[in-house]
Amino acid sequence: MKTESLPGPSAMTRFLRSDASQKVLAFGALIALFVVFSLASPNFFQFSNVVGILLATAVNGILALGVTFVIISGGIDLSVGTTMTFAAVMTGVFITNMGLPIPIGVLGGLIAGGLAGLVNGVVISRMKIPPFIATLGMFNATKGLSLVISDLTPIYFNDAAGFRDIAMGSIIGIPGFEIPNAVWIMFLAAIVASLVLSRTVLGRYTFAIGSNEEAVRLSGVPVAFWKTAVYVVCGLFAGLAGVVIAARLNSAQPSLGAGYELDAIAAAVIGGTSLSGGEGTILGTVIGAFIISTLTNGLRILSVPQEWQLVVTGAIVVLAVYLDLIRRRQR
Amino acid sequence: MDDVLVRMEGISKAFPGVQALNQCRFELRRGEVHALVGENGAGKSTLMKVLAGIYHPDAGTITLKGQPVHIGGPGAAQHLGICIIHQELNLMPHLTAAQNIFIGREPRRGFGLVLDDRLINEQAEALFKRMHLDLDPKAKVADLTVAKQQMVEIAKALSFNSEVLIMDEPTAALTESEIHELFRVIRDLRAKGVGLVYISHRLEELKQISDRITVMRDGSYVDTAQTSEIPVERVISLMVGRTIYESAPELPEHPSDEIALEVRGLNRAGVLKDINFSLKRGEILGFAGLMGAGRTEVARAIFGADPIDSGEVIVRGQKVHIRSPKDAVAHGIGYLSEDRKRFGLSTKMDVETNVVLAALEKFTGLAGWVRERDTRTTAEQYVGSLSIKTPSVRQKVVNLSGGNQQKVVIGKWLTANSDVLIFDEPTRGIDVGAKSEIYKLLNELARQGKAIIMISSELPEILRMSHRVIVMCEGRITGSLTSAEATQEAIMTFATQRGERAFVHPENGDAQ
Repeated sequence: MKTESLPGPSAMTRFLRSDASQKVLAFGALIALFVVFSLASPNFFQFSNVVGILLATAVNGILALGVTFVIISGGIDLSVGTTMTFAAVMTGVFITNMGLPIPIGVLGGLIAGGLAGLVNGVVISRMKIPPFIATLGMFNATKGLSLVISDLTPIYFNDAAGFRDIAMGSIIGIPGFEIPNAVWIMFLAAIVASLVLSRTVLGRYTFAIGSNEEAVRLSGVPVAFWKTAVYVVCGLFAGLAGVVIAARLNSAQPSLGAGYELDAIAAAVIGGTSLSGGEGTILGTVIGAFIISTLTNGLRILSVPQEWQLVVTGAIVVLAVYLDLIRRRQR
Repeated sequence: MDDVLVRMEGISKAFPGVQALNQCRFELRRGEVHALVGENGAGKSTLMKVLAGIYHPDAGTITLKGQPVHIGGPGAAQHLGICIIHQELNLMPHLTAAQNIFIGREPRRGFGLVLDDRLINEQAEALFKRMHLDLDPKAKVADLTVAKQQMVEIAKALSFNSEVLIMDEPTAALTESEIHELFRVIRDLRAKGVGLVYISHRLEELKQISDRITVMRDGSYVDTAQTSEIPVERVISLMVGRTIYESAPELPEHPSDEIALEVRGLNRAGVLKDINFSLKRGEILGFAGLMGAGRTEVARAIFGADPIDSGEVIVRGQKVHIRSPKDAVAHGIGYLSEDRKRFGLSTKMDVETNVVLAALEKFTGLAGWVRERDTRTTAEQYVGSLSIKTPSVRQKVVNLSGGNQQKVVIGKWLTANSDVLIFDEPTRGIDVGAKSEIYKLLNELARQGKAIIMISSELPEILRMSHRVIVMCEGRITGSLTSAEATQEAIMTFATQRGERAFVHPENGDAQ
C-alpha cells in the first residue's frame, strides 16, 4: 500500500526503465558497428569514407528530425521523402527556371515543404483524417506534383554558381580534412530541433499531445493549432532536406524521394522515439540516422549485395522496436 | 443567500437517442462538500460536465455567485474558477507533475517562445506545500501512484484559484490510507471556502465527507438533503426509485465436497508467493485485500494470462498445464475481468457475437463457417435465462448498461462450458439496482454447481456473498476465513499484514 517502503529496483532495472537506456543502447550499437566494420575492412575507417557516412546521414538525418516531432505527437508522416523532392524541384524552378537569386530559391524550397506540412496538419487536425491516410495522400500528391512541375526531367543548377556549395562546400574544417556543409547543416538543424523540443511551448505541446491528447484539449489548449504546427515543422525540415539534396546532387531529381520516409521513421524509432507518442529525443534520432547510414556503408564496403543491405536494415528496425517493447514491459 | 456559489436551473441536455438531462437543478454553497449521487446513467457526470463547460446545455441557466454566466468551454470554466477532476484522470503521463499542472499556461520567456520550467517547478512546489503534500514537481506522472496523480489534478485545479471543484468518483482506485489523505485535502479546501461537488457510488463514504446530498435519477433531479439527516437506505431508495433491502440473501446450501479447483505452491517472482487454496463445486470463494495485493495476479496466473515460475493447478482432480488462456478455457475455467470494456467484451460487436466468442468452434462447421442459427439460439437462450435487458441479440454491447454488459460476459463463459468462474470485481461500475441482480445470479450459478472465485475490493460484497474468504497482502495469502469468522475487522487485519516482503515490485495490474 505504501510505495515508499518498497526497496528500490536494481540498478539494471532502473537503467532499463529509464528513458536514457535506448539512447545509450543505440549509441553503443553505433560504436560497435564502427569497431566491427573497422576490423573487417581497412577501407572503412578512412577519412573519405567517414565523410561519406556523414554525408549520407545528412539528408536522412534532417528528414528524421521533423519526423521525430510528428511521432512524439502521436502521429506519423509518410510524406517527408516526396515532400523533400517537391521542395527540391521547387527550388530548381525558382533558381534555374525563374532565375531568382539563390537565397530566394532556398527560401522558396523551405516554404514549399512547410506548405505540404501545413496541408497535412490541417487535414489531420481539422478534418480528423488519420495521419497515416492523410500523409499517404500527401506522399502521392507531392510525388505527382514533382513530376508534373519538372516535366519528368531533372532540373540542373549549373547556371547558379555557388548553389552546390550549400551542401558540398566546407566553411568549417581543416584543409585536407574538409567536412561538407551538408553535415554542419544537419548538426545545426538538430541543435535547433532539440532546443525547440525541450525548451519551447511547441515542444511541450508536442509531448503533451502525444502523451494524452484529450487531457491537453480539456486543459484549454488549442490542440488543432499545435498539431498543425507540428506537421508544419516536419514539412519545413523536409524542405530543408530538399534544398540540401538538390545542392548535393547539383540537380533536382523528380523521381527521387519515395522510401526516404521509411528511413527517417526508422532513424527516429531506433533512437528511442516511441511510435505510441509522448517519448523521444533529437539526440536519439541523430544516432539512429547514423546507425542506418553506417550500416549501409559498412555492408557495401564488405561487398554485401544491396538487396541484402535492405534485409539487414529492415531487421535492425524491427529489433529496435522489440527492444523498446521489452523496455516498456519492464516498467 | 449570498453564500451560494453555483446555481443551475432547468438544465436539459439531449444526446442522439437519449435525454441525458431533463430540467435538472443543482446548488453549491461556499465551503461545502456536496455529494451528487445516482445510478449509472442518472446524469451526474453529464450535469457536471455542463458546469465544467465540456457540454453545452440545450436549455437552462447557470449563475455563479449570483451572476448569470455562459460557460463556453473547459477553458472558460477554468477562468471562472470551475475545475473538474475526471473519473479517468486526465494527465499526460510522459510529462512531469509541474508540467501537467501548468499545461496550457506555461510562463514564457524570450519572445513568448521559451518555457520557464524553473518557475513552474517552484510554483508547483508551493502548491504542494499548501496542500501539505510530499511530492516532487519534477517527478514524471507515469511514475506516480494513482493517488498521487489525483493530487496532481487537485493541485492543478487549485492553481486556477478554483472556487468550485468537481470530483467524479475520486476514490474508485484508492486504498484506505489514500482515501484518508484525499479526505484531509478535501476538508482543507472546504475550510478555505471552496465548494466541492463529490460524485461517488460508495454511499458509506458520503456520510464521512459530505455536507449535503443531491440525488438524481434518469436524468432528473430527485431531492437534496442534509447528509446528517438522511439515512443511507433512504438515499438508495431515492436513487433507484424503490426500496431495496440491503439484507444478506440466503447463501445457497453448503457447497458439495467435490473439489473443482486446487492451486498448490503458485509462485511468480516479484508478484506472487506460495499461493495455496482449493475451491469446491457450488462454493463462492471471496478474495479480499487492498489494491495491489495480488488478487488479480492470482486469477491471471491460474487463467494462463501471465507466466508462472512454479506451482500446480489441479482441475477436478487432474493436474493440468495451463500455458495460455486457451488452455484454461479448454479446462473449463473462465475469467471475468474487472475491466469488462477492455478485456471482457468486444464492445463494438453485438450481444450474440460476444456470447459465443469464447466457444466459437462449437458453432463452426466446414471451413470455419459459422452456423448463425445456432449462435442466435444460444445467445437468445442466455438473454432469457440471465435476463439481459437488450432489445435484441443483435444490439451492440456498447449500448447496454454496465450490469447487462456483465451478464453478457457471464453468458459468454457459460457458453464456453466453464465450471470454474473467476469474477474480478463483478460489480465495479454497476449501479445499486443491477448489483443485487448480479449477486442473485452468482448465487444461482453456485447452486447449479459452478465453482466461483470472487475478487472484490468492497468488503460488504465479500461478506455478503462468500462461503469462505481468502485475504491477500503483498502477493501472499495472509488469511483464510469461513463466512462465520469473516468480519470487516478480521479481513482488514489480514489485508494489512505485511511481515516479510513477498516480492520486490508490486504489479498493480495497471502498469502500461
